[in-house]
Amino acid sequence: MEVSTFIYPYTAWTDSFVHTAFENAASTLSGVEACYKSMKKQGKLEEDSHTKFIAFGGDGGTYDIGLQALSGAMERGHDMVYVCYDNGAYMNTGIQRSSATPKFADTTTTPAGSVVPGKMQPRKDLASIMVGHHLPYVAQSIGLNNFKDLYEKAEKAIYTEGPCFLNVLAPCPRGWGYPTDMLMQINKLAVETCYWPLYEVIDGVYKINYKPAKKLPVEEFLKPQKRFKHMFKPGNEWMIEEFQKEVDARWQQLLDLEEMTNK
Amino acid sequence: MTATSANGLSYMWEMIYIASSMRLPIVMSLVNRAVSGPLNIHNDHSDAMGVRDAGWIMLFSENNQEAYDNLIMAHRIAENKNVLLPLMVCQDGFITSHSIENIELIEDDKVKEFVGSYKPEHYLLNRNEPISMGPLDLQAYLFEHKKAQAQAMVNAKKVILDVAKDFENMTGRSYSFFEEYKLDDADIAIVCMNSTAGTTKFVVDDLRSKGIKAGLLKLRVFRPFPAEEIASALSHLKAVAVLDKSDSLNACGGALYEDVTSAMYIAKNNVPTVNYIYGIGGRDTTSYDIEKVFNDLGEIAKTENIDNPYRYLGLRG
Repeated sequence: MEVSTFIYPYTAWTDSFVHTAFENAASTLSGVEACYKSMKKQGKLEEDSHTKFIAFGGDGGTYDIGLQALSGAMERGHDMVYVCYDNGAYMNTGIQRSSATPKFADTTTTPAGSVVPGKMQPRKDLASIMVGHHLPYVAQSIGLNNFKDLYEKAEKAIYTEGPCFLNVLAPCPRGWGYPTDMLMQINKLAVETCYWPLYEVIDGVYKINYKPAKKLPVEEFLKPQKRFKHMFKPGNEWMIEEFQKEVDARWQQLLDLEEMTNK
Repeated sequence: MTATSANGLSYMWEMIYIASSMRLPIVMSLVNRAVSGPLNIHNDHSDAMGVRDAGWIMLFSENNQEAYDNLIMAHRIAENKNVLLPLMVCQDGFITSHSIENIELIEDDKVKEFVGSYKPEHYLLNRNEPISMGPLDLQAYLFEHKKAQAQAMVNAKKVILDVAKDFENMTGRSYSFFEEYKLDDADIAIVCMNSTAGTTKFVVDDLRSKGIKAGLLKLRVFRPFPAEEIASALSHLKAVAVLDKSDSLNACGGALYEDVTSAMYIAKNNVPTVNYIYGIGGRDTTSYDIEKVFNDLGEIAKTENIDNPYRYLGLRG
């Protein structure tokens, strides 16, 4: 993000912006927020001023190397929103797998071939790890239908006091291997197949924001992407089956959690 | 203000550089301990030496009084607008950090007045002047920004002395880049940092009572490195030993030795100078060890024969 918005001596940001290192957006913002509180207490900032703090990280910098920075910031309860742009791999360094990369995805560090069938492990469920931090607001979203879902969740996250987390799927044309003009379609398929459910957890209570009337088979989501191409070769049907099973199990778990927490 | 040791410092190595490049006048107490591995936790200077080129001012302290005094001077140095660099105050882990010493404290109100409060010209939370910090700084600018950092380190030399002068006016305790202990008329001398200087002073006194002209240069300001001043202070000697409490594992000598001998070479100071790696992982360094160094220096002064300059002190077998 900073690479595309803040190349010295130009900045695209009108509000204050800080970047320190890859993996510590959460820690950096913790410090800024703590300083804000302290300066307010000392009377060094105007009484009526109210600043909101937002951190952005990719999945590599969030799920992997930034996990403890994020966990620490959330546990300490800083009044901030952490937004993860999850494109499912370390894309700008050359498509290396992350713990957000789905099983069977072909990446440069998990090349699908005769030795391994792409990534060998299923993806980490970060949103539920964040729920485990008992935050006031955790949500999963995606750019869909004029960004309504994303807009609403962003507003809730920003205006809910305390540590909030937003996980946003960000399909990467280069890393996923789909034509750029298919972006919105890929987003839709991720949601309609329940690969990427839209939900929010407010003070521990789950709310699934969209339940497809007819859940599409996950192949619909996998097929347009080159990273899953090998899964459609004859003899590899088991991969699609296994992927479907994983999606189904996670979706069912989400339905159960919604029911359980709304009792 | 913060504090750390050994692996805690290693763990933030990335941020050590970022903090200085963002010109943040952080003050950090670094209680020197051995960096893993294997795991040790006891005193040596491998943690400090690992960040010696990171753009932090580095002050070393012989005892708790000096650690205390250095910390009180630290903010004024770091926050000076001609400097704006982070600063670490080093002291020996356990040897001084966990020892009980009587020190002279300064009254709180005097300290507060001396330290002052930090008023940055530009800061992230200034709503009237939003700023972006930590850019992607490519080929066209990074070089100039690094030069500005380097210049700040040069500027720090004068500021360190100015602040020491003010501190002396308040307390009567005087500080400079280094302390010269019975050095001006010495024939042989040791250069070292932190608590070993105390042991060395004891040995110097003992040798002086026996008519041996031994002396000590105890370095306080390691970064910025006072090269000219050190070369000049050592120029009259017949032999010098530089003690390094960290091995650079480079097949030619410790970090302090390299800096000191480079300074002497540039100043065309041709005093025979040897290096001793010592005290690694908290290995005790006794007055007998220091006496052995002075004995070696006596021989070198006589023969001018250095043989192997990269030596070890207190190493078994």
